[in-house]
Amino acid sequence: MIEVRWHGRGGQGGFTAARLLGMAAALFENKYALSFPAFGPERRGAPVLGFTRIDDQKITDRSEVEQCDYVVVLDDTLVAANVWQGIKPGGQLIVNASDSSDLPVPTDINIMRFDATSLALEFLGQAITNTAMLGVLLAHSGIVGCESACRAVEMSMPVKLANKNISILKQAFQMTLEKMR
Amino acid sequence: MTNYNTNPIYPAITPFQQPHHIDDYPTGPGCPSAQLVEGHAGWRTFRPIINQEKCTACWLCYLLCPDAAIFKNNNKATINYSFCKGCGVCAKACPMNAIDMAKENENER
Amino acid sequence: MSDNSDRRRFISGNEAVALAVRLARAQVISAYPITPQTIVVERLSEMVEDGSLKAEFMHVESEHSAISAAIGASAIGARTFTASSSQGLLYMTEGLHYASGGRFPIVMMNACRSVALPWSIFGDQRDSLSLLDSGWIQVYVEDAQEALDMTIQAYHIAESPEVLTPVMVNLDGFILTHTYEPVYEPRQEEVDTFLPLFKTPNKMDLDHPRSLGFSTSPGDNQEFKYQQHQAMLNAIPAIETVDNKYASQFGRRYHGLIEEYRCQEADVILVTLGSVSGTARMVVDNLRKHGQKAGLLKLRFMRPFPEEALRKALSHCRIVGVVDKDISFGYEGTVFTNVNSCLQTLPDSPKTFNFVGGLGGRNISKGDIETIFGLLFAAADKPSSKRVQFFNMRCQIHE
Repeated sequence: MIEVRWHGRGGQGGFTAARLLGMAAALFENKYALSFPAFGPERRGAPVLGFTRIDDQKITDRSEVEQCDYVVVLDDTLVAANVWQGIKPGGQLIVNASDSSDLPVPTDINIMRFDATSLALEFLGQAITNTAMLGVLLAHSGIVGCESACRAVEMSMPVKLANKNISILKQAFQMTLEKMR
Repeated sequence: MTNYNTNPIYPAITPFQQPHHIDDYPTGPGCPSAQLVEGHAGWRTFRPIINQEKCTACWLCYLLCPDAAIFKNNNKATINYSFCKGCGVCAKACPMNAIDMAKENENER
Repeated sequence: MSDNSDRRRFISGNEAVALAVRLARAQVISAYPITPQTIVVERLSEMVEDGSLKAEFMHVESEHSAISAAIGASAIGARTFTASSSQGLLYMTEGLHYASGGRFPIVMMNACRSVALPWSIFGDQRDSLSLLDSGWIQVYVEDAQEALDMTIQAYHIAESPEVLTPVMVNLDGFILTHTYEPVYEPRQEEVDTFLPLFKTPNKMDLDHPRSLGFSTSPGDNQEFKYQQHQAMLNAIPAIETVDNKYASQFGRRYHGLIEEYRCQEADVILVTLGSVSGTARMVVDNLRKHGQKAGLLKLRFMRPFPEEALRKALSHCRIVGVVDKDISFGYEGTVFTNVNSCLQTLPDSPKTFNFVGGLGGRNISKGDIETIFGLLFAAADKPSSKRVQFFNMRCQIHE
């Protein structure tokens, strides 16, 4: 079973990313997935946690995710202890941040940065980085294919918006693959 | 986080004490008044900035602020950034357009 | 069995219920929003708006009005639906008794949520379990597929002439209502085949005028209550029949009032209600892998209470634990009380232990359930084991 935690602020699409990943796995790759948010007061700007569980067989466990394989952070101002804790040994933290920004993460944590904000401003005209970061996660982890994720996006948004998000997803995916080479 | 909370009319932020024993809990969900354990600053993505030149002290923002985070300071409306959540109601309501919503700079929170 | 490949959806428990209500062709919906049920109401109003659900959506100003409107609609022969949670559910309480006493087969979805004070929007089962005496059939579902399937089945059970009793379908707040998972959406034609049109003699009809909802004197009240009791007992075979019918048509079986999971030759069985059953399943599998004979009994219906089925399932077992996401203050959990009562008639009944937790949205982890099983296995040799205890307390307590 793979467990992913998503950190964002209300309005940045953190939970949407968790849901798109689950949808991609469940509807287009014949896997089983659960996507759920952590709950608290809902409003723009408040930290939002999303979770995705993916497995080849049916997932019956609905308890909170304790140890994640991947943690994806959409807003680097959220990076704090609650972000880098709860990662399995060998797990990966993926943060939307420029190479120059200062992230107070302990040295024993595997961290990968990607400047999704700049890409989002270019492709979408606003700093909504969820689909870009989904692309980064998939390129890095391979838990779900890029094509499946694009189909999930297509299914979830009106055509024009979906097309823009598919472009940014693919772009981030490609850029990450290249970065990893 | 810079503590702007120097105005005596505002409640002090009391650090949260995790109860260790059931007897540490109050009888029922109640506590002494003016006991807040966190400000709202962490919620903000935009902060209101009042242009004091344009402010005419009409007090509309002071009345409308849902968190009572605006106070009267020598006849000028002033914002308590510990409790302002950045909702923007003040900026929208100000008849003098004296309030701008600026992106929050994390270093200043 | 039809090909389901294009019917797979990735939806939340709430959305699954909304789909089921549309498939069941509900004719009147009256509901007031309350977290964590709001999505059901929103989706249903969208469906009525876009025409995919031909129903009257009544905007009411409170839950009390919601149930009153539902009763009124049912009383003219409409298939009705409402939904609530916690404070809202309790606000409609007198209406719940009205609906069941009046024999109106309304179906309601309840998002199980804690009840104030302290104020909490998070899940536990205190709301619905405090209403076991309201005369409603109560089923607790584990996942979104079961939520969808049971909402459709609920109409069939409720409207059976020998039952004619309203049904409450309980989904754990947030854990199930807000979790997205793959769900098969049946086709409309299939559901039409499964679910007959709502027909009841118990309705206002200008051609056959009736008086509905009259009063009784001490001379007759008890007889009507006995009737209700019998109807609820009639629901037991009806539930089994509907489960079989659904399984043969849609290929998904839920085993009726209870589901026994690896209870065969189990030394210890844990009884659970709702979504926690899913987490418990994993723990049982793990324990069995390590040679410990653990079993899980998933209680599906709390009313009618599966007396006979429980006795049969638990009689061979020596130790039984019951998880309660509720507490009847000063005594024990309500599920525990119900389980104990039915085991009492067994000549050599198992020892039972109550574990109260998961209140106000507290997570029940696999670790918590492992700890519970550990205590149960140890209880065989420890006659002084605590009979009722709270688990996963975050502070020390007086022992």
